[in-house]
Amino acid sequence: MGKLASLAEALLTPHGMDRYLELVDPMLVRRDLRGVVTAVRRQTTDTVTLTLRPSRAWRGFTAGQYVRLTVDIDGVRRTRCYSPTGSQHHDGLELTVKADPQGLVSRHLHTHARPGLVLGLSQPDGTFTLPHPRPERLVLISGGSGITPVLSMLRTLADEGHDGEVVFLHYANSADDVLHRDELAALERPNLRVVLGYTDDGEYFSLEHLKTAAPWYDTAESYLCGPKQLMDPVRELYAAEGLSERLHTEEFTPPELTFDTGSATGQVRFAHSGREVENSGRPLLEQAETAGLRPEHGCRMGICFSCTQVKTRGTVRNAKSGELLSEENEEIQLCISVPVGDVEINC
Amino acid sequence: MTGLQDRLTPAQIEEFGREMDAIRRRIVADLGAQDVDYIQNVIKTQRGLEVAGRALMYFPPAWPAAVTALAVSKILDNMEIGHNVMHGQYDWTRDPALSSQKFEWDNVAPAENWRHSHNYVHHTYTNILDKDRDIGYGILRIDPAQKWHPYYLGNPVYATLLAFIFQWGVMLHDLEFDRIVRGERTWADTKDVRGKMLRKAARQVGKDYVLFPLLTGPLAPLTFAGNATANLARNLWAFSIIFCGHFPADVESFTEEETENESRGQWYLRQILGSANITGGKLFHIMSGNLSHQIEHHLFPDIPARRYPQIAAEVRAICEKYGLPYNTGPLHKQLFSVAKKLVKLALPPTPQRESEEPSTLGAEPKAA
Ligand code: FES
Repeated sequence: MGKLASLAEALLTPHGMDRYLELVDPMLVRRDLRGVVTAVRRQTTDTVTLTLRPSRAWRGFTAGQYVRLTVDIDGVRRTRCYSPTGSQHHDGLELTVKADPQGLVSRHLHTHARPGLVLGLSQPDGTFTLPHPRPERLVLISGGSGITPVLSMLRTLADEGHDGEVVFLHYANSADDVLHRDELAALERPNLRVVLGYTDDGEYFSLEHLKTAAPWYDTAESYLCGPKQLMDPVRELYAAEGLSERLHTEEFTPPELTFDTGSATGQVRFAHSGREVENSGRPLLEQAETAGLRPEHGCRMGICFSCTQVKTRGTVRNAKSGELLSEENEEIQLCISVPVGDVEINC
Repeated sequence: MTGLQDRLTPAQIEEFGREMDAIRRRIVADLGAQDVDYIQNVIKTQRGLEVAGRALMYFPPAWPAAVTALAVSKILDNMEIGHNVMHGQYDWTRDPALSSQKFEWDNVAPAENWRHSHNYVHHTYTNILDKDRDIGYGILRIDPAQKWHPYYLGNPVYATLLAFIFQWGVMLHDLEFDRIVRGERTWADTKDVRGKMLRKAARQVGKDYVLFPLLTGPLAPLTFAGNATANLARNLWAFSIIFCGHFPADVESFTEEETENESRGQWYLRQILGSANITGGKLFHIMSGNLSHQIEHHLFPDIPARRYPQIAAEVRAICEKYGLPYNTGPLHKQLFSVAKKLVKLALPPTPQRESEEPSTLGAEPKAA
């Protein structure tokens, strides 16, 4: 089969086998990764849950990771990151997308997703995953659509018949806004408890909540994903108790980045296209776009690495970490890199 | 004497540039699913024809049909798809299969080398003598401003040979062989470029002249000949379209001095004066990769080529308004004009002969 495939590749050079197979059926591709939607469920008014069957190259994911999903909207490919919500031990892929009123992709999927739709997919990525062997005690905390990676962990643990203590503490505006509520209820076991908090009639996270839900939280490993209003207080509390080491987090809302546009200096040169602009102090992705270029990108917040390009010279600041990168020919993420003085990008 | 910069008044050239920019903006704002559907359809047709062509090689009576399908496939691949995709016309879709940086065409010239010699060198320095290496491809005398040498007596012969092996000519173009001969570039400088050529050529030759023929067993010689004929047909066609786009009579060339510190408007102007269109029907335009709209292509090389016919009338009207030539004509007329030039320029210049064909702006302005 391997020999036949390479003979076919040689015969179909320069385009390769996938470019022919996809004309017959977009899911026949061998190298490219795609997913065909097999089921669509709209559990709340502003979310859509898709079940996908990935194409042959799919290698499976680990609970807590995310995939890049690509969809054509008006001729343009758009890519966003989503965390599968299903167990890693199941074939197929379940994704829950919340339609953000400003979100091009999420709104599109919410209105147009239907069985049979073929979407672009990436291999999974991300390090927000459970360790092996599984910890004896686990606290999973999430808020809103931050439930997705954590739910996947929970379902994976349930599938494994995990017998340690697990508490899942989840916050939503109200009972109606809890995604996958039925599945959560079905997962409950004596050692696996689900605790829901409604922010409409109370506060967000507090130490009380944590103590009530998991009195042994300080001896557990904790996994956290949700909006900033949840992440910040949890982080503070864990830091105050000296437990930061035990808290593992995944950001799904972009951290707010600040840009100093007033004191920006230097010229930005996009070597491939020969365009050159005055550094505006904004991320390079935006500067490239203002210069009329269309570099590939996905999340625009530094998590998906689809905007990675080679910086041939100059220094940039990573707006997330504050780190200065000044080596020649190093790869940088355009969406979170701000030039410091003259830079040249191979784009 | 009218130089490029004196052709229009500063106010005119600025206004002219603005009008061109406006066309561009309008088209870019309108790009969308219909452009993607179009190119996907062309791709589907091309891939279908290729598969059909390869399959028909197994039925000897269908040999002419097999060759035709394969030749059309190669022409579509190189022209309406490859040339245009590699110009970045579909980069805005962010589809990796339509990305100028990733696309590779069914041609021995590696995409990467071609993007340098064509997209960068030719499209930036269009028709500037000594800078635009497409003028004569380093082998021909195609512009009177190129100094005559007895070598050029063979001009028509070289051109004919080039037409037959055009894809190899395009491949070797990026070696800048003439510059190596003149000592401006060393053989070692070309190591990278050569490596890419060898790898690409080996793959192309491997499939067309080894693998596919072998796969047809006893029919191998026939398949071999069929593939060669398809490649040849594509070469002749591509050569004709490309030569008609730049070398008919009245296309102008420029000196480095007249193009110094060009404004945007002057850049547009140079593209118009340095290109020529070919008239024809819809199918003809598709088969030529819309390079039959060479003028529009040179103005807006990164706009999807299917848009050129839509804006051609407008570009032409603007040219008329400013008294600029808009060089166009049917294929046979443009071809004849190119051939005539190739023969004429093979001979040493005589004052009378050169003045018959004032091809640079240094000469007297022609009636518009
Ligand atoms: S666009 Fe996702 S990391 Fe830059």
